[in-house]
Amino acid sequence: MTLVRHVATAAVLAVLLVIISSTVSPFRDYQMAEVACYVAAVAGLTVLVGLSGQISLGNGAFMAIGAYAAALLLLHLHWPLAVVLVAALAVAAAGGAVVGVAAARLRGPYLAGATLILAVALPSLALRYGLLGGDQGLTVVINSPGFLGPSFSLTRWQAWLTCGCALITLVLLANLARSRVGRSWRAARDDEVAAALAGLNVARLRVLAFVVSAACAGLAGALLAVTTSIVSPGAFTVTLSIGLLTAAVLGGLGTLPGAVWGSLVLVLVPTYVTDVASSHGLSSSVGSNIPVAAYGVVLVVVMLTFPDGIQGGVHRLSRPLASRLPAWPGAPRRRPPGPQFRAPASEHQEEGSL
Amino acid sequence: MNRSHRVGLPALAVAALAMVVSACSSGSSGSGSKSTSGALTASAPGITATTITIGSHQPLTGVAAPGYDEIAPASNAYFDYVNAHGGIYGRKIVYKYLDDKYDPTSTVSVVKQLVLQDNVYAIFDGLGTPTHLAVAPFLNSEKVPDVFVASGCECWNSPSTWPETFGWQLDYVREGKILGTYIKQHFAGQKIGYFYQDDEFGKDGVKGLDDEIPQADVVSRQSYDPTNINVGPQVAALKASGAKVVVSFTVPAFTALLRLNSLKLGFSPTLVVSDVGSDPITLAGLLEAYAKQGGATVSGNQLTQGIITDGYMPTLGDTSNSWVALFKKIHDKYLPKLPFDGNVAFGEAVAYTFVQAMLKAGKNPARADLVKAIESGLPQGPAVAPYAYSASDHAGMTGAFIGVIKNGVIVKEGPVQVTNTSATGAVQSYTGTQPTAPSSGMP
Repeated sequence: MTLVRHVATAAVLAVLLVIISSTVSPFRDYQMAEVACYVAAVAGLTVLVGLSGQISLGNGAFMAIGAYAAALLLLHLHWPLAVVLVAALAVAAAGGAVVGVAAARLRGPYLAGATLILAVALPSLALRYGLLGGDQGLTVVINSPGFLGPSFSLTRWQAWLTCGCALITLVLLANLARSRVGRSWRAARDDEVAAALAGLNVARLRVLAFVVSAACAGLAGALLAVTTSIVSPGAFTVTLSIGLLTAAVLGGLGTLPGAVWGSLVLVLVPTYVTDVASSHGLSSSVGSNIPVAAYGVVLVVVMLTFPDGIQGGVHRLSRPLASRLPAWPGAPRRRPPGPQFRAPASEHQEEGSL
Repeated sequence: MNRSHRVGLPALAVAALAMVVSACSSGSSGSGSKSTSGALTASAPGITATTITIGSHQPLTGVAAPGYDEIAPASNAYFDYVNAHGGIYGRKIVYKYLDDKYDPTSTVSVVKQLVLQDNVYAIFDGLGTPTHLAVAPFLNSEKVPDVFVASGCECWNSPSTWPETFGWQLDYVREGKILGTYIKQHFAGQKIGYFYQDDEFGKDGVKGLDDEIPQADVVSRQSYDPTNINVGPQVAALKASGAKVVVSFTVPAFTALLRLNSLKLGFSPTLVVSDVGSDPITLAGLLEAYAKQGGATVSGNQLTQGIITDGYMPTLGDTSNSWVALFKKIHDKYLPKLPFDGNVAFGEAVAYTFVQAMLKAGKNPARADLVKAIESGLPQGPAVAPYAYSASDHAGMTGAFIGVIKNGVIVKEGPVQVTNTSATGAVQSYTGTQPTAPSSGMP
């Protein structure tokens, strides 16, 4: 039943997104595509952090792996796009497995540090090896498929492609979270010792979470490559990795709709603020730094008003309304909004008290 | 997670709707017929009866921002001057430049915004080689004029693949040949080291240098990656090679780093620096700032003393030059907060060239008319040598003079040298003279 509901919701959303993308300007289509790329990456990260309780500051590096894998396959082997996306996802997942095995031994700040190294070091490889195009990066050119007609807007096709992939990712993650695996992740997150006593292989679960998260990031990277038509190290800096985590927290950690909110903020706020700043004739030294400042302000305001992130806020505001509607049969009693996960930073102290 | 599914997935629908809210109307792209007389019409995207909107991508923040972030405001100052003096056939220029942080992926994003959303008539003076390479194919497939790229990459001169793209400043191959010829003549038989940015910028420069400098004299070739400011190992390698002359194809920040690292190692070769990395005022500021970060105090002007470079516009110290006087006048009125340095002069000069081209494109130009206007050739203007523009050549300036930095200003040494980009093309003295700036300040 859950699967049916998730698929039905996704189908409704897909129709809605097709309608939206067909009415807006090509640049809005491009922004939709950008948002969808980040949704896939942030959704993967929110599952890792929110559900399995591990932190990663290195998911930007997994995006880089996916993006470079896609670019190289498209440029040199000319594989079909669908195969390339799956391959990029698989390569990044393999990277995630390697990191996950190492990460399973680390906790809290040590894990954050280890994944941070990944985010800092990996993009530099592109500068080291000529195959990866150096600072300039690799250019990826795709065309909209023939059956849509020659005059079909490329950005609209990119929006469809990325939104479609993002929706599939969300459906799969939603089901995974509701499955035995999701329950086991939560069990291991909340109490490792109890989970292990109950027969769960905690280490394997932690690695699996990394693999899932890296796969999502890899897909997102590949999608970003075909959307922006370029893969360069400048796009996958530490800032991106931290941006992804920020988006996950801002949207509502551990919730998939939160990933969508966070991605919308990540993409739209800087563009919107730049437009406002330039239309008010601010001097360029002020104007060019305002997007960064505005992003910070949004972050502070959201965290102060909705400590559970935007999705927490949406939920809190919609609750009085929802309580008047008849509940779904079998719906659980709604709990007051509270932390749904244990912040990795606090894990340490609580471990000590066991 | 549980409750998030119940309330959450429908909430996704709300999120999707938010995109509709954020999506404002797409600007209409008017396509009027071209006419040379009569009323002003919306003859092309970005052109209305009263305005011409153009766009650019510039490093306003990030590693390339110091110095280069002055260029677009300086261009804008010149456009303000033109707007205050009647505009282009009565239309005012609206110049929208966005920050790409010198990151090619950001460049793609901001240029798509400028072209697809803001409907600019042309992309003007997009700055940087790696950044602009990321958008040149897109601009050409959309048939958006891509004029006067702020980079000396030889690649902009590819009229058959990129018919919309035009270079402007002296390209790095020509520049390398002119610097190489000077080195060959003045430092014959001495050990020479190269220090260059590891991309098209540096490699084009090295290509020009190698056309002129005997290979046996080059004892070390060191490159740097612009995202890594630790150039100590490269400078140590240059010192170890015994180079007496170091030729540096660098952006200003890395010229400063090269100079400071040399100072630290007690290595004092003769420095020959490409024009883009040698503006004395920018360099002095960077040298003092970096030294301060390292806890030392240096005199910027003292450290730039004796640097050999080249210039394709009149030197700023030459206040009797009519172009310098014009640009200084506009700077003082519209941009008094910034120092009057090479970047400001560059921004004003390239804006002047754009106005030249727009006036030539006609009263109600389509996009193609701007391309045609430039291909039919542009008068020399603020450059010390003529432009190469023709239907088969999209390169800009063809020559430069050699200069030496003395007490914080570039002092011209010898005549203007012109050349072409082929390996065998001779470097020769330019016999023509630079026209004086129009007294109106308008082309």
